[in-house]
Amino acid sequence: MTCLPARTDRKLGLVIDLDTCVGCHACVTACKGWNDQGYGAPLSDQEPYGAQPSGTFLNRVHSYAVQPDEMPAQIINFPRSCLHCEDAPCVTVCPTGASYKRAEDGIVLVNEDACIGCGLCAWACPYGARELDQAAGVMKKCTLCVDRIYNEALPEEDREPACVRTCPTGARHFGDFADPESHVSRLTAEREGFALMPGMGTKPVNRYLPPRKKDRPAEASPLAPLLDIRAGGLAGWLDRVLGKI
Amino acid sequence: MHPAPSVILFTVLSGAGFGFLALLGIFGATGTAAFFLWGLGYGLAVAGLVSSAFHLGNPRRALLAFTQWRTSWLSREAWAAVITLGLFAPQALADWLGFDWGRGFGIAGAVMSGVTVFASAMIYAQIRAVPRWHHWTVPLVFLGYWATGGLVLGGVAPLALPALCVLGGVLALHWHFGRRAFARAAETMESATGLGGIGAVSVFEQPHTGGNYLLREMIHVVGRKHAERVRMIAMVCSVMLPVIALAWLGGVTGVVLAALTHLLGALAQRWLFFAEAEHVVGLYYGQRGGGAASG
Repeated sequence: MTCLPARTDRKLGLVIDLDTCVGCHACVTACKGWNDQGYGAPLSDQEPYGAQPSGTFLNRVHSYAVQPDEMPAQIINFPRSCLHCEDAPCVTVCPTGASYKRAEDGIVLVNEDACIGCGLCAWACPYGARELDQAAGVMKKCTLCVDRIYNEALPEEDREPACVRTCPTGARHFGDFADPESHVSRLTAEREGFALMPGMGTKPVNRYLPPRKKDRPAEASPLAPLLDIRAGGLAGWLDRVLGKI
Repeated sequence: MHPAPSVILFTVLSGAGFGFLALLGIFGATGTAAFFLWGLGYGLAVAGLVSSAFHLGNPRRALLAFTQWRTSWLSREAWAAVITLGLFAPQALADWLGFDWGRGFGIAGAVMSGVTVFASAMIYAQIRAVPRWHHWTVPLVFLGYWATGGLVLGGVAPLALPALCVLGGVLALHWHFGRRAFARAAETMESATGLGGIGAVSVFEQPHTGGNYLLREMIHVVGRKHAERVRMIAMVCSVMLPVIALAWLGGVTGVVLAALTHLLGALAQRWLFFAEAEHVVGLYYGQRGGGAASG
């Protein structure tokens, strides 16, 4: 059903630490790998070795240059995936009931057997979280690895989303935002985690942790002293003479 | 947004078709003429609905689209379209075969055809992520083409001429608000990434070197640079030329010319409606507001 649940018992989601992410794209690869081999239609590629390679991914890592007023620019790597919104516009627009939000844990999923591939949900999502698979003609999106997190066939440490499990810097965290004592809730509170485009009224569950403040800006460039060059000897004499002409 | 030909044809043809059917429903026709006129209306509306199936990834499951009318405008549109076509059927039969059944079915069908077109428009107008579409002028434009299209196709000059003038005004209003729509939504690269507190955000490197579904479907930029010209074509063809053809030319030639130019203009308007609409996801790719500023 495309009516959103009034409330969900749990709010499963991700915290993404923009301070720690190094932009290695391991989460992208792990996501593609896991979602190629079990849940729903595999994430297809078109012309993977051809002139115009393209494919379906549920997670994309952007890199931004952010320019503060009086400091050098910062490069911030920015993984973007489904935020499992509480007011998910992608769910309510779906004409077939293929898109739904689970009342028990808040995960937004697509029932691919009912998806007609109209693409309206992808239009409704402000975050570009959904991609229509060109081979299967059905909408694909992050499942929060619903086939891992409850999977008792997996060792306990693997029962988290593939992107979180694989992240080499620990920049991704998985947990229940409805529980104020959970790891993700505490991280969000301590580090002032924020939601993306709150103005769109979607109430995202996922939170992003801002990069920490640079605490030693004066020492940001170890080369700075070398820039103030004073020539001596012959070069110094030339510098003085040429400066007077 | 990607201007998919199937969706452009769908909205233009079904809009004009439903408008023409509404006109027939209210005023009626008789004898053999009724057969062909109702046939034209049904042909246009059904051709539009069929072409909409071509942009589906899995059209064989299309019947499922009737299930979610509680929340989905697309589902509501599907229901409204079927109910409308069903309501008109007995009226068309009565007109053709000369049964004296009154105009109840026709008038009910006319009302429902308006509801159908309104539902079509709401599919777009409900989407907050496309600020240019998320506006009350969008249903007005769709309903404007519905009413005007019907009157122009029917050649009812005394009603079509004022309707065309109103449509011109509605288009101007729609474009006027559209110009500032993206800015009004107040979403920027800074709000999209949440990094505005640190400083100005720009793309350092894109997340992928090839294209993807998002870029093809929602970050279509080709059309925006010709926006002014297409706007002109839409206004001249769908409003001004039909006015000239109906007011000065008159007769069958006038009606045919007015109808053809009007539909051509409607196609131009609908192409632009998609091509110049910007989706906020473009912000993540640094494709910000180029078209919004100029268009």
